[in-house]
Amino acid sequence: MEHLPIHPAESARPLVLLTAPQLRSSQTTQSIMRDVLIALTPALIAATVIFGLRAALVVLTALVSCVGFEHLWCMLRRMPTTVSDLSAAVTGLLLAFNIPSTCPLYMVVLGSFVAIVMTKELFGGIGCNFANPAVVGRIFLAVTFPVAMTTFAPPRVTLPVAPIVDEVSSATPLAPSARAHSLMELFLGTHTGVLGETCAIALLVGFVYLLVRRVITWHVPVTYVGVVALLSLLVGRDPLEQVLEGGLLLGAIYMATDYTTTPATLRGRIVFAVGCGLITCLIRFWGNLNEGVAYSILFMNLLVPHIDVLTRNVPVGGERSGGGRHE
Amino acid sequence: MVRLLGGALGRLRSVELRGVRIPHNKATAELATTRMPLPTQVILPMHQHVGASCVPQVKRRAHVDVGTLIGHSDARMSADIFSPVSGTVREIRSIHYSDGRSDEAVVIVPDGEQTVDSAICPPEVTDYASLVEAVRHSGIVGLGGAGFPTWLKMDSDLSSIDCWLVNGAECEPYLSSDYREMVENPQTILHGISTCLDLSGVPRSLICIEDNKPKAIELLRQMAADDPRIDVFTLPARYPQGASRVILRNVTGRSVPRGGHLTDVGALLFNVTTMSEIGRFLQDGMPLTKRRITVMGDAIERPQNLEVFIGTPIGETLEFCGLKEEPRKVVIGGPMMGITQTELDAPITRPNSGLLAFAHDVVDRPQTTACIRCGACIDNCPMRLTPISIQKAYQRRDVEDLDELMADLCVECGTCSYVCPAKQPLAQSVRFARSFLRAEQRKARERR
Repeated sequence: MEHLPIHPAESARPLVLLTAPQLRSSQTTQSIMRDVLIALTPALIAATVIFGLRAALVVLTALVSCVGFEHLWCMLRRMPTTVSDLSAAVTGLLLAFNIPSTCPLYMVVLGSFVAIVMTKELFGGIGCNFANPAVVGRIFLAVTFPVAMTTFAPPRVTLPVAPIVDEVSSATPLAPSARAHSLMELFLGTHTGVLGETCAIALLVGFVYLLVRRVITWHVPVTYVGVVALLSLLVGRDPLEQVLEGGLLLGAIYMATDYTTTPATLRGRIVFAVGCGLITCLIRFWGNLNEGVAYSILFMNLLVPHIDVLTRNVPVGGERSGGGRHE
Repeated sequence: MVRLLGGALGRLRSVELRGVRIPHNKATAELATTRMPLPTQVILPMHQHVGASCVPQVKRRAHVDVGTLIGHSDARMSADIFSPVSGTVREIRSIHYSDGRSDEAVVIVPDGEQTVDSAICPPEVTDYASLVEAVRHSGIVGLGGAGFPTWLKMDSDLSSIDCWLVNGAECEPYLSSDYREMVENPQTILHGISTCLDLSGVPRSLICIEDNKPKAIELLRQMAADDPRIDVFTLPARYPQGASRVILRNVTGRSVPRGGHLTDVGALLFNVTTMSEIGRFLQDGMPLTKRRITVMGDAIERPQNLEVFIGTPIGETLEFCGLKEEPRKVVIGGPMMGITQTELDAPITRPNSGLLAFAHDVVDRPQTTACIRCGACIDNCPMRLTPISIQKAYQRRDVEDLDELMADLCVECGTCSYVCPAKQPLAQSVRFARSFLRAEQRKARERR
């Protein structure tokens, strides 16, 4: 038998050899993170309008320090920089959204360090961290600088109907001493709070954008918010107040849906959301904190590996009954 | 809104197998089939099917006619190979494929006469056994890409079979050769199906077509109207509707148990072109020697559906369709499951339904980044597997975990790699994991 030599195309360039599939979707990590950034933009604009340029300054500081710390880390570890996947920018934006506009900037930088270096990079970088970096950054700041983290500037824009009260250093709106807000105020966000959480409409616009772009599904935010509303009703509190005041929407839409720190299957994600709702209510109603969203997400982050194992999808044909007819 | 909710809830209940929307790119769908003229040589590899390789039945310099038996194996799981041309056997040589396989091939130089072998005559078919025997000597294999010997599939125990499924889904992007078969030869398809139903006693047949082919659905529905046993089933146009286990689940609601076959749950599934070939073979007795392929890609000047002689070198086929630019990537099959070819003298074989040549599109290897645990591979796997966990278990060579994750159920559709935003080579890992698991299980059985 004659053995013919393998000759590629009659040119210098050989044909490309690649395993199937040849087609890949256009979605990349960068495009997903870009979508999250776009979804957060309305809330950023709202925060700047409500709390002034100082809010924009806090956001800028968090963005620059988060991206900077990640770049620095990669340089120190002599790794190709992962800044271009934009996930550090998302963390920075989310962290800033969890900080009052009056917060000293060095605290913001410190929070960014905890979020990016201690929570994310030390565990292996993107995809390997077990806890949401922005959540840990926020909790670190709240525990270390409790006064600075609960000193809110009064909103610069107020509804004409609202009585003008000096709200500097007033407690979070969920605190028992805070005055009741009208529904309109809650939706527009013209009340005190950390800078990204107040404007419900802006957060919901971002939510719709994420749904349309198929970055997240509705299941987690809706379940989380639903559980909190239901439990508020059961214990006789105003569910609207519980949902719209405080950081529930911000947490449910943007932090409880973080891919890396939530379960991988849809069923798992729903278990996660229910757990978040329960813990949030426990902390808010019976704990000595006014806010429970960040802690609840962190607690549930810890349970993710177990939820993942318990909610694994059953392959088709691998059902315990051994598959067969289902008619 | 209700539909949106229903769809989302459907993912929780495990009923319909979803899939992903992939741009179809079926630009050749409305182009009638053109016939390719005789090539300068046909190369007939002896392994163009699932099962044992054939052994060449001709010698060097022998004269062959159209339909002369070229390759045959005494093994049960095999399918004969016939000459598509009349001419002289130039040589019997080894060929190497880009996926590492090598094979023996009979090379025939056509004389241009196309004289038909005197033994060719329509088969005498009186009962199901004779039909199976006839198909056994027709060289017909699964033409959708699997290449499983058709007669062997037909030869299974029919007592529990209640559905003769015909797969016209053609879910691979770019490809439209099955669609052309349905539009151009519906009569032959129906002839094949009704003969099979008549002789086998299977009570019903469903032709399953994706809803992006309304013309084919309408045509076949009209023509099958007078046969109450045959009906057309419309599938959503989502990849991979044409995978046998997916189509079975979505049409009948049954799932094949692990390690089992379709026949275990009372169904048989044939590609629509395979049924048409059976219908044609019963009429003229000519074994499988030609097939339709879709030639496409951005390097091709005239994308088209082409009827080629089996064994035509891909280089000649590309030349016939015209090359706008020098191709950098040539794929045999569809873009999702097809294999890249590095040699242009490799032949088109029986299961190939497409030939794609790219100069720019999809040429470059995508940049792989870290997994962000988005769960897209899990949400979109048609078999509900957990590809990312399988990849990790395979990297640890963890047999127990792979067994628990049921890596062996993978249908190799490539959806996981397609959807992955981090461009991880998931499909490849699962493929490796599957063969690793099977090998380890075999070893374990032998030890026992």
